[in-house]
Amino acid sequence: MANKQISQMGLPKSIANVFAARNVFTAKDALSLTEFELMELLDVGLAQVTSAVAHISEIVCPPYQTALSLMELRVQNEHLAGHLPTHMKGLDEALCGGIPFGVLTELVGPAGIGKTQFCLKLSLLASLPANYGGLDGHVIYIDVESKFSSRRLIEIGVKSFPEIFHRKEMAQEMAGRIHVLRPASLSEFTESLQQIKVSLLQNQVKLLVIDSMAALVTGEFEHGAPRQKTLGWHVSFIKSLAEFSRIPVVVTNQVRSQSRDETCHYFFQVQSWNETIEDRTRHDSHLVAALGINWAHAVTIRLVLEAKSGQRFIKVAKSPIAPPLAFPFNITSSGILLLSDDGIELTGPDINTIHCQGLSLRFCWGNLQKNIKWMPKTTIGHY
Amino acid sequence: MRVASHSHRLDGSAGGCGTVNGAQTAWDLLHEEAMFPRITTSCEDLDNILGGGINCKEVTEIGGVPGIGKTQLGIQLAINVQIPVDYGGLGGKAIYIDTEGSFMVERALQIAEACIEDMSECGGLLRKDFQAFQLKMHPNNILENIFYFRVCSYTEQIALINYLDKFISEHKDVKIVIVDSVTFHFRQDFDDLALRTRLLSGMALKLMKLAKDFSLVVVLLNQVTTKYIDGSFQLTLALGDSWSHSCTNRVILYWNGNERYAYIDKSPSLRSASAPYSVTSKGIRNSASNCKRIKSGVVHLVISRVGHG
Repeated sequence: MANKQISQMGLPKSIANVFAARNVFTAKDALSLTEFELMELLDVGLAQVTSAVAHISEIVCPPYQTALSLMELRVQNEHLAGHLPTHMKGLDEALCGGIPFGVLTELVGPAGIGKTQFCLKLSLLASLPANYGGLDGHVIYIDVESKFSSRRLIEIGVKSFPEIFHRKEMAQEMAGRIHVLRPASLSEFTESLQQIKVSLLQNQVKLLVIDSMAALVTGEFEHGAPRQKTLGWHVSFIKSLAEFSRIPVVVTNQVRSQSRDETCHYFFQVQSWNETIEDRTRHDSHLVAALGINWAHAVTIRLVLEAKSGQRFIKVAKSPIAPPLAFPFNITSSGILLLSDDGIELTGPDINTIHCQGLSLRFCWGNLQKNIKWMPKTTIGHY
Repeated sequence: MRVASHSHRLDGSAGGCGTVNGAQTAWDLLHEEAMFPRITTSCEDLDNILGGGINCKEVTEIGGVPGIGKTQLGIQLAINVQIPVDYGGLGGKAIYIDTEGSFMVERALQIAEACIEDMSECGGLLRKDFQAFQLKMHPNNILENIFYFRVCSYTEQIALINYLDKFISEHKDVKIVIVDSVTFHFRQDFDDLALRTRLLSGMALKLMKLAKDFSLVVVLLNQVTTKYIDGSFQLTLALGDSWSHSCTNRVILYWNGNERYAYIDKSPSLRSASAPYSVTSKGIRNSASNCKRIKSGVVHLVISRVGHG
């Protein structure tokens, strides 16, 4: 919309020509200037500029919908009112049906906690036929760190849906719906995003997984502003992809330790000396999500996976509709299993903190897989 | 007051030679302000530090960290504006400008249902017009009165704000415009910061004009960034220093221990103060620890307004 040509907007010929003569071709060019700047540039009166700008604005302006028609559109037309069920009952209930369509859902946690396992399960679920609770569609899986394991995918499938997967053609068909991309750099990723947009519109792609977003920028730049700025375009693009195609987009993120300099306070918040000491010790042991605060604002749902006293938890840290709940879970041969469907409600900003205590993550699935050069025929057990 | 009434008399007797064309006296403005009620936030403590609620004819900026409840408050206000004037609203419709895709319609429905439920708790204080309201107000009606615009670039954002003048002239019952968030498209790869500042201030001026011309409540939601001041990082609202002057009022939502708080950072008429609030399944409400009574904030407002006739 921003790149719409002024020449095609039905403005009176005289003013349209003036715009073109001064190299103001698109709506973006025109609206990036204030009315006085336009007056100067085009050498026309204020009244003319005002009416031209009003005309351009009306054309470029997005259409409106009432919230009611928005709801009717989604609730009536979409699978489960626009949700992909995760088959984890407690989580699905908290999220009002599952991973929502049209927005970014982030999975963040320390290495080996189970983010990729979650993604594999979701990919499978999206590919399943509708009568098994799936979206009956294709999945695009962007595997940045080469963690995707088709063997593990099939194992999850066989254990969770034996009635489908015991037949070889079905397994082949389901696995055939998952398209794995392995971009080697950020620029390759950028290119593939453009291609994805095209195929989203053409094919039956029902889920996009990016595993992991943080890995795309690690090593590209030094710490600081450049990293966040680079991802800015990608974030907007991915969000708009999600919205226009109304598919769920799941992105994984890494963690890093919180540096001492990163207090979380405003100028008007007075900190007592005791508090400061306590904060410092808290910070030394705490992890935070990578990619910064811009990214944290951009995701709609943030699911934090962490380990506390040896037990893994999945927490709904940010959601427009779910309360801040934490669910204990284990990784099993059939994917992720919640140990309790009644989440523990956490108050305060603790829902956002990420712990990594008491779990020997060196022996987790992901790391082990990297060390195995060939897979034995027997099914690999769970941890 | 004496000075104001003195000048008023002067105006009257001198036949206008002491006045400036287009200016209003402070006395007139004072009376005007009393005529325009504020919108409740559904949290009594928050309403109190705001002087009764979010004010009309002004632009109020509300910012905070992710997950603190900005969108929640935005949706709550889009619903509360529809409540009749005597019950804390303005009896009008809402425009919700979504730049990030954070508006979830299921949540709006949830909050609308809770709002109607709370209103029907005012059983003992009914006036006859309330019954008419209750019959009319089904959650679907409430959703129908929210005009939702999804904006995908800063060009569209500017175009929409330009277009609002015409739109609101055609939909005179719109009483609130919420932009969620005003920041998002101005933070993604904007190389020319001087241009950004110019565009943002242009936008702020247009919004202020809309607020005044149509007696609207304008609420802009903002994000947060970190700034290195005096040897440490501090949290501050995004979009820079010039922007921080653009809005009339500025409220910061933040975590204080385990509770959510709101702080009046800037306002021409309210003093700096903090108040706790909470985000529940019903929407924005009083903080649980501060709740001495069981009923919701709306009911309190009704009691106080009905009490004053």
